[in-house]
Amino acid sequence: MDITRRRLLILLPAAAVAWKYVQAGTPEVSPNYKMTEHWWGMLIDIPKCIGCGSCVRACSEENDVPDGYFRTWIERYHVSDWKIERPEVESPDGGKQGFPPNEISDGKNFFVPKLCNHCADSPCTQVCPVGATFVSPDGVVLVDKNYCLGCRYCVQACPYGCRFINPKTNTAEKCSLCYHRITKGLTTACCEVCPTGARQLSDLKNPKDPIHEFLRTHNVQVLKPHMATGAKVFYNGMDGSVR
Amino acid sequence: MQIPVEGFMYPNEVELQWSVLIVLYPFITGLVAGAFILASLERVFRVEAVKPTYRLALLTALAFLLVAPLPLQLHLGHPERSLEMYLTPHRSSAMAMFGFVYLWYLMAVLLLEIWLDYRRDIVLKSQSTSGVVRLIYRLLTFGSSNISERSLRIDDRVGYFITLIGIPSAFLLHGYVGFIFGSIKANPWWSTPLMPIVFIFSAMVSGIAAVMLLYMLSTRLRGKPLDIRCVDKIAQYLMYTFIIDFSLEMLDLIQRIYEADESFRSLDFMVHTRLWKSQVIVQILLGTVTPIALLGLTQILKLSEIARKRIYALAGSLTVVGIFAMRWNVVIGGQLFSKSFLGYTTYKMSFATREGLLTAIVLMLLPFAILWVLVKLLPPWPDARAISASGTAPAHGTS
Repeated sequence: MDITRRRLLILLPAAAVAWKYVQAGTPEVSPNYKMTEHWWGMLIDIPKCIGCGSCVRACSEENDVPDGYFRTWIERYHVSDWKIERPEVESPDGGKQGFPPNEISDGKNFFVPKLCNHCADSPCTQVCPVGATFVSPDGVVLVDKNYCLGCRYCVQACPYGCRFINPKTNTAEKCSLCYHRITKGLTTACCEVCPTGARQLSDLKNPKDPIHEFLRTHNVQVLKPHMATGAKVFYNGMDGSVR
Repeated sequence: MQIPVEGFMYPNEVELQWSVLIVLYPFITGLVAGAFILASLERVFRVEAVKPTYRLALLTALAFLLVAPLPLQLHLGHPERSLEMYLTPHRSSAMAMFGFVYLWYLMAVLLLEIWLDYRRDIVLKSQSTSGVVRLIYRLLTFGSSNISERSLRIDDRVGYFITLIGIPSAFLLHGYVGFIFGSIKANPWWSTPLMPIVFIFSAMVSGIAAVMLLYMLSTRLRGKPLDIRCVDKIAQYLMYTFIIDFSLEMLDLIQRIYEADESFRSLDFMVHTRLWKSQVIVQILLGTVTPIALLGLTQILKLSEIARKRIYALAGSLTVVGIFAMRWNVVIGGQLFSKSFLGYTTYKMSFATREGLLTAIVLMLLPFAILWVLVKLLPPWPDARAISASGTAPAHGTS
């Protein structure tokens, strides 16, 4: 086919539309929101968590999470004496309805809320064959459900068990850090409802965010640091038995 | 459906992500790579004894390669989007390269080599047949009907060169499949640099065993005498490759036991419980130690031809079962334990579903149906080589 000027004029807009379609990885943004001015993470204050399950319920409602799957969940740890390598952990229905009274009296008990760690060097985005999951310029790991193949490689690659396949869409799903809320100046659904302030959304690029002071003055860890994923969910007061 | 869980799993981990279809994927590509490497023994390394299996090995590799993407395709949540892997591949993803590695191997190596090797036969058949069959052969000539001495010599040289490229390509095809698993640092059952190497050697083992069995079966079905010298040689290579493969796997196992890192206790428990039958009994004892011992017997003792044939058939069958079990233990085993190392889930295989047992059985039978068609179209038997007007059938080795 000869490319005439007329044909080129017809083809170019079509190519532009097609190119826009293949450009996965551009998150939806709100007007006035500048992605490059933020770097989101979360602070979890373990001693403050009471395991009420409000965060799990709020997340489930806010994001229409199917039953039996979790964008966030709570684990209850029981560590007896020196058996730090063999903790007893439970998370009935992801802690959505809270926890039954603890009948074990010896040792220590505590709750650990879990969610996607929005890793800066995330293994899940690394393995996605089409780039349907990606780290946004403001540090949130997102999934484009209109582009995901549903190959499940990312689910295998996440060291924290944060991903699942949504049976309704047949695509990968996980915590989006309530991207639709935080880009409008709101906090996440889980942080919003937490009665004790155990979860706090943090903007690591904002020098006025209290996270900086907190990180300087507390003993804070991330989950599985040996995985070197650049996790941005920081845990205060986390016991060595947590995995 | 309630999935039985023991201990603690992260809540999203209870459901297995990769089913029996993903077990088939490395199993099938392994057979492809192995069959091709056996074919290259004759072509590149001039192992004349295995010549009767050369063409059969190539056709077997092609039949299985054509089926290789199907289990992946059926497994995807959105199969209709699979072309995106070609259009917008994510460069950092090991899986994104599958399409390219596959196409390279199919188009640049296997199809080309088979076509060059069969070109003379195809041209002669396009002249000696009639009707639809003639049309098929004429299409297969791709418009090239020159079968002069010089032209065939060029075919042979190019074919030799393609086989040379084909050997690293076969290693790439299957080593790459191993890398898909071996590069997942989140999963200690998979994450080892040995994984691609173990995959390559196990691929060679399964491919060699499969072609040996197919050769034995086909000669029996055709009522022709078996070239025992050929089978002896293949069995010998099978044993050597198997010993290397087993040593590598044992090296991995010993390293894991000795290091006993944070995942060891959990994985050890899994091997002693959920994987005991498929790993220890089927894979190691029945599928590896027994065939190696049987093949070893044929090397040490002076056995009769019939006894050797029976031993080869038994050892070959056990080998294929053992390698399938190895793929199963890698893929399914790697998903049975929690990444918290505190619990275990169960794999419940459905039957007549998209990713069920029935689909797996059909997918495993499909390559044999394709092979049957290929064999009818392009007979691989040495005695079936089309005879030219001069009454001679050319052989390799002129390059």
